[in-house]
Formats: sequence, structure tokens, C-alpha cells
Amino acid sequence: MSFVLETGYLVAAVLLILGLRGMSSPRTAHRGLTWVGIGMVVAVLVTFIRTGAGNIGLMLTALVIGGVLAAVYGRQVPMTAMPQGVALFNGMGGGAAGAIAAVELVGGATVGGAPLVLGVLGALIGTVSFAGSGVAFTKLQGWMRRPVRFPAMPMVNGAVALVAVALGIAVIAGAQMDPVLGAYFAAAVALGILVTLPIGGADMPVVISLYNAATGLAVAFEGYLLNNPAMVIAGTVVGAAGTLLTLLMARAMHRSVFQVVGAGFRAPEAAAETGAEGGLLKGIEPVDAAIQLGYARKVVIIPGYGMAVAQAQHKVWELVQRLEERGVEVRFAIHPVAGRMPGHMNVLLAEAGVPYDMVADLETINPELPQADVALVIGANDVVNPSARNVPDSPIYGMPIINADQARNVLVIKRGGGQGFSGVENPLFTADHARVLFRDALDGASELVQALKQV
Amino acid sequence: MIEGFVALYIFILAAFTGYEIISRVPETLHTPLMSGANFAHGIVVVGAMVALSHAHTPAEQALGFVAVLLAAMNAVGGYVVTERMLRMFKSSQGGGE
Repeated sequence: MSFVLETGYLVAAVLLILGLRGMSSPRTAHRGLTWVGIGMVVAVLVTFIRTGAGNIGLMLTALVIGGVLAAVYGRQVPMTAMPQGVALFNGMGGGAAGAIAAVELVGGATVGGAPLVLGVLGALIGTVSFAGSGVAFTKLQGWMRRPVRFPAMPMVNGAVALVAVALGIAVIAGAQMDPVLGAYFAAAVALGILVTLPIGGADMPVVISLYNAATGLAVAFEGYLLNNPAMVIAGTVVGAAGTLLTLLMARAMHRSVFQVVGAGFRAPEAAAETGAEGGLLKGIEPVDAAIQLGYARKVVIIPGYGMAVAQAQHKVWELVQRLEERGVEVRFAIHPVAGRMPGHMNVLLAEAGVPYDMVADLETINPELPQADVALVIGANDVVNPSARNVPDSPIYGMPIINADQARNVLVIKRGGGQGFSGVENPLFTADHARVLFRDALDGASELVQALKQV
Repeated sequence: MIEGFVALYIFILAAFTGYEIISRVPETLHTPLMSGANFAHGIVVVGAMVALSHAHTPAEQALGFVAVLLAAMNAVGGYVVTERMLRMFKSSQGGGE
């Protein structure tokens, strides 16, 4: 019997790995996901049999409530809100890893040795991921606008981290009393919140990816505590894969992971001036903008989160089709972190039906921009901010950008004079060859489509 | 069962596997893949079920219940969200090719 059950876990682990492997290519991605799903179902069934299903009523209730809630939210969350959806469900996983450790430690299951150490460590990592992902969710959801920081933050954070480690050592040393355990988990929650609070919006994708990897690692460590190889293998694979994804994303933004996560452990930097002060935004009417676009030979569209929020991608696609009918060459330029996550904008354009070959990445499009007659910026800000090239004390200095400023003309559709998600001024919008159509992305695109018929 | 060096072997080999899986992914798939990895660590539901199954006191049962609840949300939510994203890519590919 035991042989059959262990084989079940082995099959599940292999399916999880093969499935993730399949997900790394668009052609096999959907099949890969199905394999991961089958692996998960096998693991759950094996566990039902193996545990003899103690507390089965509670277990089924929790499975059904959790499953239904997540299915409902997961189905209705809009594509634009995917990043916070991922953050939310990731936090749940981290919290589960923490709660597992809590059950085992409260129960005083004397496992001893290395599994106990790993279990206690996994509890810390999982709980930090739980609290941190929660903060990331509230930020991305727009419930919390600005990075939160105060002068004593580095000292407070350092102290909380030390207290958490000390309490963890006490738990391992055998102090598995309720007050010590409670304080340990409280310190972990506080640490997750404090570390994430000062991190700015532009760095959120890196943070979510990092917490994703952290949850994987926590799951693996709890697998050691519970003597469960399927958890160890799947958790470690996700931990390693997530770590690499995090590094790739950080590199796309020209940042190190330590810069991002260390924000709460450094003194706050003085707010950087970008030299955009005093520049004026020059407005333009839809008809004039339509003339610029309609008589151009080449137009490069740089979509951003603003377009996605306004659900304007379908209207923009209609605008593109009109322009193409007139013989204008149109390309979409996608920054690696356009949207709220790498690849997020590709998902949104795919939703609108924009064909693949019209979408270019940063490296491909930048050499073409000096030949473009118009760069049309729709709801993007930070990814076209020339301060990243020119202003060494700008917070986004060094981040690769789309060189929209090198096009002959720049057209910007934005609602007002506000700043981007990172809170940085953008001198592109006040440049001599830039004009701003003060509209919501959807209204702007609709009016351009209308105006094009007249010119 | 998994102790000492065997544990270390499993850990290191699994870590290499994860690294190799991701090393050449197109940027386009970063978001769905992150979400898919998120789904994969939903395997934590198995551990949560084990923990709850041998919980005795009300406190342990409450913690175990929370563990299963959160883990189930991680697994189901991760799947639903990833599936929705990948379905869109499929259709765009069909139209684009």
C-alpha cells in the first residue's frame, strides 16, 4: 500500500516538472498547465488515502470554501489586474506554508534535527511572503498609492529581522511554547509588511516574482518537516525557477534584486529632481493629431498601463487598421515591463486581437525610432522617460527605455499632467516636438478614429 | 526517509531542474509562467491536508483549517488565472500564423 502511495507522489512530482517545462514555450504551454493540474489532483488523492482522512469534515469544508472563493475571483478578475491576482494567490501559498509549520510546532511533533530547522525557516519565509504579497496586492490594486517610509525605518526593520531570527532559534532550541511561537509568527508578519511598504510601484513585478520564489522555497522546507518528497521537489523547482525569473526581470529594469528588496533597510533618498520643472505640456486637438498620423509613413505605438486600464486596446487596434488602409506602416513597441509585469502587455494586446508580427520588443524597435514620423504614446510613462538615459540622480536612471523622444514627432494621449506609476516627472511630455491629447485612452483613440475619416 | 545527504541531493537536483526549465523562456510568457509556477507551489495543499489530519486540539484544528483553506485558494486560483491567460495566447497564435 505504502509503495502505491509513494509511487503516486513520484508521478505527481514528475508531472509537475514536465508541466512547467511545457509552459516555457507558447506552443505547449496549455498542455503543460494541464499536466501540472493532473499531478496536483493525483497528489491530493494520494494524500486523502494516506492520512486516513482525520478531521475529514473540516478538511473538505476548507477545500470547498477555498476552492470556490478562488475560482470565482480568478474567473472574474480582469486581465489588467492579473499581477495583483498572482500576488494574492501567491500570498495564500506562503500563508499555508506558515500555518502548516504552526500546526506542527504547536502540536510539538518532535521531529528534531534538520527537518525542524528547515520547518522553522520555511515558516519564516512563508509568512514573510504571505504578508509581503498582501502589501503588494493592496499597492497594485490601487488601495495604497505611495511608497511608505519613515526616517527610523532601516533601524526598525533591522531590529524586527533580528528579533525574528532570535525567536526562530529559540523555537528550534525547544522553546515551543505558545507565546514564543506567537511572537515568532508576529515578527515574521511585521517583517513582510515593513520590507514591502517602501518599495515603489515600478519595482512591484520584481517583488511579486521574488515572493513567488520564496513561497516555493517555504513549501519545500515544510516538505522536509512533513517528510513529503512531492512538496520538497515541486517547491524547490518553483523556488529555483522563480529566483531566475526574478533575476531576469530585475535585469530588464537595470536593477539588482538587493536594490529593490533593500529599500526598507536604507535611509530614504532625497526626492530626485528631474529637471522637468517649468516645462509646459503643449496640447493638441484630435483633428491635428489625426493629420499627423494619417500622413505619416511610419508610426510606432507605445502602449502602457493607461491604455489597458481604459480598455482601449480594441479601439487602438481599430485606429491601427484605419492607418494601415491609408498605407501607414504601424508597429507596436513593447517595453519588457510595460503593464504591471513582464509580458503583461503582450497578454493584453493578444486579447484585443493584435497579430504577433506587429509587436516589437525594445531591442528591435529602438534603432527604428529615429526613422519614425510619429511615436504615439498611449498611457505609458516611465518606459519612455528619457531621464532614465540622461539624469543620473533620477530613480529610474539606467533603466532601458523605448526611445520615443527620437521620433520626429511625439503624440501623447494622457488625461492630465500627472506622473507615472513610479512618481517621476517625464521631460518627454514637455519636449519641443511633443504634443499631448488630453484624453482618457479610450476617448482619445475613438476621437482619432473619427477625425481620421475627415482628413 | 529524507535525511542528510539524500535530502541535499534532492534539493540540489530539483533546484537545477527549476533553473534549466526557465533559462530560455521568451519574455512574452513571463507573466503566464510566473502564474503557472504560482499554481505549482499549490502542492502545499497536500502538506496542509496532512497537518490538519493529525491536528487534535481546537487550536491545532483551527490552524490546520486555515492552512488547507489558504492552500486550496493558492492551487485553484493559480490554475484558473493561468488557464485564462494561456487560452488567449493560443487564440492569438492561431490568428497570427
